[in-house]
Amino acid sequence: MGRITLDKVSKSFGDVEVIPPLDLTIEDGEFTVFVGPSGCGKSTLLRLIAGLEDITSGQIRIDSEDATNVPPAKRGLAMVFQSYALYPHMSVRKNIAFPMKMAGIDQAEQDKRIDAAAKALNLTDYLDRRPGQLSGGQRQRVAIGRAIVREPAAFLFDEPLSNLDAALRVGMRLEISELHERLKTTMIYVTHDQVEAMTMADKIVVLQAGVIEQVGSPLELYERPCNKFVAGFIGSPKMNFIEGKEAANLGATTIGIRPEHISISTTEGQWKGTVGVAEHLGSDTFLYIHADVSPNETMTVRVDGEFSARHGDTVYLTPRAERIHKFGADGLRIE
Amino acid sequence: MATQQSRSAARLMMAPAVVLLLGWMLVPLTMTLYFSFKKYLPLRGGDLGWVGFENYARFLTSSAFWPSVQTTLVIVGGVLAITVVLGIFLAILLNQPMWGQGMVRILVIAPFFVMPTVSALVWKNMFMDPNYGLLAHLWKLFGATPVEWLSQASLPSIIMIVSWQWLPFATLILLTAIQSLDSEQLEAAEMDGAPAHKRFAYITLPHLGRAITVVILIQTIFLLSIFAEIFVTTGGAFGTKTLSYLIFQRVLESQNVGLGSAGGVYAIILANIVAYFLVRIVGKNLDA
Repeated sequence: MGRITLDKVSKSFGDVEVIPPLDLTIEDGEFTVFVGPSGCGKSTLLRLIAGLEDITSGQIRIDSEDATNVPPAKRGLAMVFQSYALYPHMSVRKNIAFPMKMAGIDQAEQDKRIDAAAKALNLTDYLDRRPGQLSGGQRQRVAIGRAIVREPAAFLFDEPLSNLDAALRVGMRLEISELHERLKTTMIYVTHDQVEAMTMADKIVVLQAGVIEQVGSPLELYERPCNKFVAGFIGSPKMNFIEGKEAANLGATTIGIRPEHISISTTEGQWKGTVGVAEHLGSDTFLYIHADVSPNETMTVRVDGEFSARHGDTVYLTPRAERIHKFGADGLRIE
Repeated sequence: MATQQSRSAARLMMAPAVVLLLGWMLVPLTMTLYFSFKKYLPLRGGDLGWVGFENYARFLTSSAFWPSVQTTLVIVGGVLAITVVLGIFLAILLNQPMWGQGMVRILVIAPFFVMPTVSALVWKNMFMDPNYGLLAHLWKLFGATPVEWLSQASLPSIIMIVSWQWLPFATLILLTAIQSLDSEQLEAAEMDGAPAHKRFAYITLPHLGRAITVVILIQTIFLLSIFAEIFVTTGGAFGTKTLSYLIFQRVLESQNVGLGSAGGVYAIILANIVAYFLVRIVGKNLDA
C-alpha cells in the first residue's frame, strides 16, 4: 500500500520560501512524475516526502497515517539517487543486502530476495563485484535492486537516468516502466526531461518555482495545458506561440500551435514564411521557419516523412484550427 | 610522457634529485655499517681496529636493549591509538557546520607548528610539574596529592605529550577525507534504515580506511625515532628509554661510536619489521 498525501506542505530555507504551501495526493500504485525546469523545487519536494528534509509547515500522510515527524527509515519508502549512492567498499550483493541487514531480516530470506532481485535486474553475474567495476547502467540497476528488496510502500526516484548516455537512458526507461507494471507499487519519479515524464507517467505534476502548475495524465497535459508554461514545457519540439493581431482575431493574447499540428505547402496556405533550417531525420522533417506572423521567434513545423525544403525557400503554413490553444493576458488557457 | 624523447628528458631532469637523495641516504648508512664493525672510542684512543660482530653481540645482550624496544613499541602504539581514535572524533566534529569554523580549525591544527622540544618543555613545566603545574593545581583543588607525572607515570606522560603534538596531523588528514564523503551515500544509508552509529560503522569508517592507513604509516615513521620529547623531560629515566635514546646514550654519553652504530643497525631492522607488519595489516587499503 502506498497512498501519499501532502497537505499544505511548505518548505523554506532561512527566509527563502522554495515551496509555497501545496496540496497533492498520489494514489496507491500510481506512477507519478514531478517535472519542471532545474531549480523548480521538484527534488526538494521528493526529499520532503522521503524525510531527508524537514517540512516547514503542513502535513505528510502515508496510507492516511501522519508521517510528518517520522524519520526516513520508518516511512517505508525506498529512494534511488541521481548519483546512485552505492556503497563503494561493499560488493553488489552486500549493497543490495544492506537495507535488509539493517532491518534484521534473517539470512535465508535475504538470499532469496537478493537472488530474485538479481534475476529481475540481470545482475546475477555481477553480485560479487564492487560498484566501481560496473558500468553506469549496471550501477543504476544495483541502486534499483537495493530499493526493491526492502519491499517499500513507494519508490522515490531522483533523476535516476540523468547520468546515463542517451541510448542507455531509453533502455532503462523501459525497464523502470516494466518494473512498475510488475510490482504495481507507487512510484514517484523526478526528472527535468519531459520526454521521460510523457513516456513513463500515469500522472504528471508540472512544477515551476515550487508551485504546481498542473496535474494530469500525459495526454491531458498535451491536449489541454492549463497555461502557457505547461503548454511550452510539455511536448517536443516545443509549441509555437504567436502574439498580436493573429491572436486577437481569435479573442486571445497569445495562441499556441504544436509543430505537428501545422500543415505545410509550397504553394498556398494561411501564413507565409521562409525556411531557416531543415532537419531531415528520415522519419520526420523538422523545419524552422521565419514566418510573417511571428517576427521575433522562428516557428517549428514537424512533417511526417521526407519533405524537401532548403534554406531560403518560401513556404505556406496552415494550422489545424481545432488544435489551436488560446491563452489570455494572464497566461491562462481560454476555452 | 609517451614518447622516447620525453621519457629520457624526464629522467635527465630527475637525475639531480635522485642522486642527491640517494647520497643523503647511502653515505650515513655506509658510515653506520662501517663503524658498527669497529671499536671506536673518540676520547679513549679513537679508532682501535676491527672487532667483527662484537658490538652487535654486546648491544643485543645489554640489559637495556629489550626494555628499550618494548618502550619504543609502547610509545608508537599508544600514540597511534590515541591520535587515530581522537582524530576521527575531532574530524567528525569539525566537519559539522558551526559558527567560527575556520578559526576553530586553525586552533586545532596549531599544536603541529610547535617545535617538539618547546612543546615538551611547556608540558613538563606548565602542566606536569608537581609543585606549580596546572595539573597539580587541579589535583589540589579536589584535595588530592598532585601526581609526579614524569616519574610516577613517565611513559603515559610522554605518550600524552607526543599524542598532543600529532593529533592535529591525524585530524587534518581525516578531516579532508571526511569532507570527500558523498552525502548522498549517508542519505541512502539513512533511507535504508541505518541509525547514526551504523552509518558511521558501515559508511564513514570504511571511507576513512585509506586516510587512516596514511596517518598510521606516516606517524610510525616519525614516532620510531622520537627523541627530543624524552631528552628534555625524563632524560631516558623512569623506563622511558627508547631504542633511539639508547643509541644516543651509547654514542654520546658512553662515547662508544661502534656500539651505537650497531644499535643503529638494529633500529633499522626494527623499523623494517614494524613496516612489514603495518603494510600487511593496513597496506591493502592503499590499493585501488
